[in-house]
Amino acid sequence: MSSTTLSTILFLAFVAATLGITVWASRQTKTAADYYAGGRSFSGAQNGLAIGGDYMSAASFLGIAGIIALNGYDGFLYSIGFLVAWLVALLLVAELMRNSGKFTMADVLAFRMSPRPVRTAAGASTIVVSIFYLLAQMVGAGALVGLLLGVTSEAGKVWTIVAVGALMIIYVVFGGMKGTTWVQIVKAVLLMSGAALVTLLVLIDFGFNVSGLLGQAAATSGPAGNPDQFLIPGMRYGTEAQGIAGKIDLISLGLALVLGTAGLPHILIRFYTVPTAKDARKSVLWGIGIIGIFYLLTLVLGFGAAAIVGREEITAQDPGGNTAAPLLALRVGEEIFGTVGGTILLAFIGAVAFATILAVVAGLTLASSSSFAHDLYAHVFRRGQASERQEVVVARISALVIGAVAIGLSILAQDQNVAFLVALAFAVAASGNLPAILYSLFWKRFNTAGAVSAIYGGLVSALLLVIFSPVVSGTERALLPDVDFAWFPLSNPGIISIPVGFLCGYLGTVLSKEYNAAKFAEIEVRSLTGVGAEKAAKD
Amino acid sequence: MTTREHDASVYEQVQESSEFQELKRRFRRWTFPMTVAFLVWYLLYVVLSGWARGFMGIKLLGDINVGLILGLLQFVSTFWIAYAYSRHAEKKLDPIADKLRNQVEEKAQ
Repeated sequence: MSSTTLSTILFLAFVAATLGITVWASRQTKTAADYYAGGRSFSGAQNGLAIGGDYMSAASFLGIAGIIALNGYDGFLYSIGFLVAWLVALLLVAELMRNSGKFTMADVLAFRMSPRPVRTAAGASTIVVSIFYLLAQMVGAGALVGLLLGVTSEAGKVWTIVAVGALMIIYVVFGGMKGTTWVQIVKAVLLMSGAALVTLLVLIDFGFNVSGLLGQAAATSGPAGNPDQFLIPGMRYGTEAQGIAGKIDLISLGLALVLGTAGLPHILIRFYTVPTAKDARKSVLWGIGIIGIFYLLTLVLGFGAAAIVGREEITAQDPGGNTAAPLLALRVGEEIFGTVGGTILLAFIGAVAFATILAVVAGLTLASSSSFAHDLYAHVFRRGQASERQEVVVARISALVIGAVAIGLSILAQDQNVAFLVALAFAVAASGNLPAILYSLFWKRFNTAGAVSAIYGGLVSALLLVIFSPVVSGTERALLPDVDFAWFPLSNPGIISIPVGFLCGYLGTVLSKEYNAAKFAEIEVRSLTGVGAEKAAKD
Repeated sequence: MTTREHDASVYEQVQESSEFQELKRRFRRWTFPMTVAFLVWYLLYVVLSGWARGFMGIKLLGDINVGLILGLLQFVSTFWIAYAYSRHAEKKLDPIADKLRNQVEEKAQ
């Protein structure tokens, strides 16, 4: 049996299991709290695994391993920002959000503000961030399945995107937060075991000699004249050839990664799935443990692929390096367990990669459809007059519509280089959402004008800077390589747009006289003590 | 008892109480400086990665260099800060928060 057949069988087993979970979850989902927040009944450990499942995308599993395999140290540098970011979530956001919100990011922002303008802004930002991230994942899925299953025809890629999108819609529409969370938990366990197994085999292969592994990686895949270059920063981000702009771009990327996570809507709504703020804290602690260990594993996987598979073979299959980890699984499996072992391991890693994509896209669809139904439909269009039942029906319909739109856009964009959308999603989250969240929780004087200015200021400045950056035009690798209207030299807008977001929030606030002392007292007391925080749904 | 005006005044009373002020002080005095510290430490690492590549490449143990150790130290500091925060919250924040929450919820009944 070939590894692609076996991979398909394993993947179908995952799909069958997760559809079973979805059917079970749909029977448990009755109220709005069930649909949006899984009845707030998850434990800290379960939600921590789900956080890992939501966050560790195929881009971070296959992508970072691939960047390390081809560019050495820089892939590691990239992963560190994704990890440190969780401290912002742990120290400043998770518990306070759990205590003061219900279902969406906007719940916290609109708490002491005029609800309609703030929910409109927060809803728009949530949907923009989630759809960018979603597109990057789904377009990636099409290409990835092509590589792993050997499907190279255009029709094959289109069908892959449609299948991934259809499953994602089913999980979210029927399973709601409960079903989606379990899909993420199952995926996190599979991904961690797959990555840990291959890492262990690589270390056994090198007799647990890390220095030997690094030396071999540099010698096999580093630059011919100067292999040590492979073990220091600068082969991919801020290369010497790019000069000062490249190095500032590196800092800009680092800032967006470290400040973006705590403003990503699909991450924020995870804090609502647990009964108390203490469980929200526990979930982030679990999340940090899992995500940290995962990036340490990808470090070994990346250098392992560089040492054992080698640059030539990796780039022959995919110039982007996305198949470095699967190729490594095949090779170490063969070396240690023989040909059959290699085939089985490759199939397993392939199936894990699909599971990874599905869990992440489901989380994103849920975040955007929840925000559409709860913020835009129930509070903006219906001015809070919609019944719980109507809201959940609208949430399900919008999951279907957003999913269908994402499938369509992904098919249109399938041959485009859309990897920059992930960094852009982080930049928008860091520039618009994070300032609004932090000001709401900590700044007494903050008001409606401030919240709206922070969100739109951050969102618009990040978008505009990217439109006029080298990722959209003016270079060979740009989205529109044939035109050149790029005047902003950096590919990551964070270093400008994050301060702009904070500044807009500040100016908007001080230029408006509105201020509600009583409501600030309420959110401050509630966020720190948990008074009035909605408890777990009983049934 | 459950009108919004009444709730708001309860919240304002709690907000002014010395116990709540102590909770807020303990929370902010730990998390704010620590946030500044880990952001500065992370940015220092990124700046070194951009401008001090020779330093990052100094080999310490076989092919293990300063850059790798500094990167791994980012993992260690992240794990440590997460652990230290959970200890701080359990010992210094949760008892006051629990007490205040029980007080307010009893009053509201």
